Amino acid sequence: MARLTIDRETCKGCGLCAEVCPKHLLALSREINAKGYHPIGIEQQDQCIGCAFCARMCPDAVIKVEK
Amino acid sequence: MGQKMLMKGNEAIAEAAIQAGCRFFFGYPITPQNQIPEYMSKRLPKIEGGCFLQAESEVAAINMVYGAAGAGARVMTSSSSPGISLKQEGISYIVGAELPCVIVNMVRGGPGLGSIQPAQSDYYQSTRGGGHGDYRMLVLAPSSVQEAVELTQEAFDLADKYRNPVLIMGDGLIGQMMEPVEMPERKERTDLPPKTWAATGWKPGCGRDRAVINSLYIDPAVLEKHVNHLYEKYAVMEQTECRWQEEMTEDADYVIVAYGTTARIARSAMRKLREEGIRAGLIRPITLWPFPAAPIAKAAEHANAFLTVEMSMGQMVDDVKLAVEGKKPVHFFGRTGGIVPTVREIITQVETLAKEGK
Amino acid sequence: MAVVYEKTKLLTDKPLHYCPGCTHGIIHRLVAEAIDELGIQEKTIGIAPVGCAVFAYDYFNCDMMEAAHGRAPAVATGCKRVNPNNIVFTYQGDGDLASIGAAEITHAATRGENITVIFVNNAIYGMTGGQMAPTTLPGQVTTTSPYGRDPSLCGYPIRVSEMLSTLDGPAYIARVSVHDVKHIMEAKKAIRKAFEMQINRKGFSLVEVLSACPTNWGMTPQEALKWLEANMIPQYPLGVKKEVE
Repeated sequence: MARLTIDRETCKGCGLCAEVCPKHLLALSREINAKGYHPIGIEQQDQCIGCAFCARMCPDAVIKVEK
Repeated sequence: MGQKMLMKGNEAIAEAAIQAGCRFFFGYPITPQNQIPEYMSKRLPKIEGGCFLQAESEVAAINMVYGAAGAGARVMTSSSSPGISLKQEGISYIVGAELPCVIVNMVRGGPGLGSIQPAQSDYYQSTRGGGHGDYRMLVLAPSSVQEAVELTQEAFDLADKYRNPVLIMGDGLIGQMMEPVEMPERKERTDLPPKTWAATGWKPGCGRDRAVINSLYIDPAVLEKHVNHLYEKYAVMEQTECRWQEEMTEDADYVIVAYGTTARIARSAMRKLREEGIRAGLIRPITLWPFPAAPIAKAAEHANAFLTVEMSMGQMVDDVKLAVEGKKPVHFFGRTGGIVPTVREIITQVETLAKEGK
Repeated sequence: MAVVYEKTKLLTDKPLHYCPGCTHGIIHRLVAEAIDELGIQEKTIGIAPVGCAVFAYDYFNCDMMEAAHGRAPAVATGCKRVNPNNIVFTYQGDGDLASIGAAEITHAATRGENITVIFVNNAIYGMTGGQMAPTTLPGQVTTTSPYGRDPSLCGYPIRVSEMLSTLDGPAYIARVSVHDVKHIMEAKKAIRKAFEMQINRKGFSLVEVLSACPTNWGMTPQEALKWLEANMIPQYPLGVKKEVE
């Protein structure tokens, strides 16, 4: 069981993390953050394996991974 | 030190810089200032912590100065007119980032490659900033090797005091001629502000803010505030750093204004004119910026006219006119291209003014 | 729960100004992590360039200087010569390093200046709006090569890492990419190695990082990474170009 914490206000919604998630758990949210981006969100948190590929790919360092 | 030595101007400036605590020199060869880097290349490696580096260009040299000054060192570079033009980019950044350093310009004839002979045609460039943006440099113009030594030493203190570059503006003659010179004993200045702003390594809780040596202020309001801050410093410089020498101006009908090498020639002319019965006087600006307008304005109260003499087509003459404020005529005589005016030429100029009753 | 990954303290809290999907942010993170892991924060001075990374001084949590366009290696030289125990790095883009700063980088390299250079190659001028860079690929469309870069008119892209590797001065030169996680891990290793070279006083080290510019390439972030892999890597082969013992 792993936990992702996403700084949704800093996220620019580029989606590069979603691209590299081996479990395809990440997707852009419907809501818009203060910067005007659709921030990334995780669906089915319980499926996350904590590989941190998303965090290593994120250009804005918005993802914290715990396991 | 303390005893008299016979030294070339360029070498004396280099030694004076070392005596003032300069340990870093970055330069590039160009005539007529090569003895400065050559001297530094001999001396600095023998001094603990000293470093001489011949840069790949004047542009690189001035940016090495930026890096060394940003790290808190006393640092100098030197060049001559075309090389100083190349350094202007870096000088503008150095001013913007408020870094102290000393720059020597042994001015030669221009424009372009010009000549390698003495000139004063970089006056506008030196006194109006030189590069892009609103700024000034303290500009010191020695007229003897001894004065070059004293001004060079002081330049480092002034640079540190104001966190602004100081320019020593000589000419090929000052750089190349040999004169007896005495290295003054250096007194350690304890009143200069500590360089707590320097980038020397930081971690949280180390007792100072993280150093950011920078000249970029993307918000116009913040940049305007920064430039206003620079100009507050310049206002203090104008009040406290203006220097000049006056000779026989009290009763002078004709006041010659000249600096550097030209002032020496003008002095000889002034003395000969006195012998002829023409009451001539001399005002020699030592700081070209801030410009000593006060003694010129004072002389304008009683003098018939002014004659500005320069090794250029007339640049400082504009500042003399500003100081005189139209009260008296301001005439100009200059030679350019690397030609030095003669005593006879200056005498003739003043004699003509006297004859014509101007 | 243990932390597997979080933002390094060597990056400040200031949000990066880069466009969405710009890989400058990844490279910033790798550099910051290397400084953090090597425990050299209090010795490190970073030199920011002119270009998209001009505000790097706001992001790296160490003493910083901002240099004129292309002059970062000269500024780093002055800084390093004054305090040789400092760890000095420059962070420069392709216009800054390979065009206007070609002289400064070449001479810092040939002097074996004991500094570390992070060279971000995205084949375009980003900050000024997508003009042709010295590293723009033949045929690549930019705002100043609207018909595609024509080598018969404006020459060929410069392979900086290979060129500098011919010099005797450099101790370590490598080209890496950040287009996927595997390559990001390799890039991290190279950047760390470059700093270690400096710590061990081996001399000049440079890591060229192939980077994506989705905005000025006119692509989505995902397309940009694919384009980088398919087009830039053949032009700019990855690997260690020089390494001294």
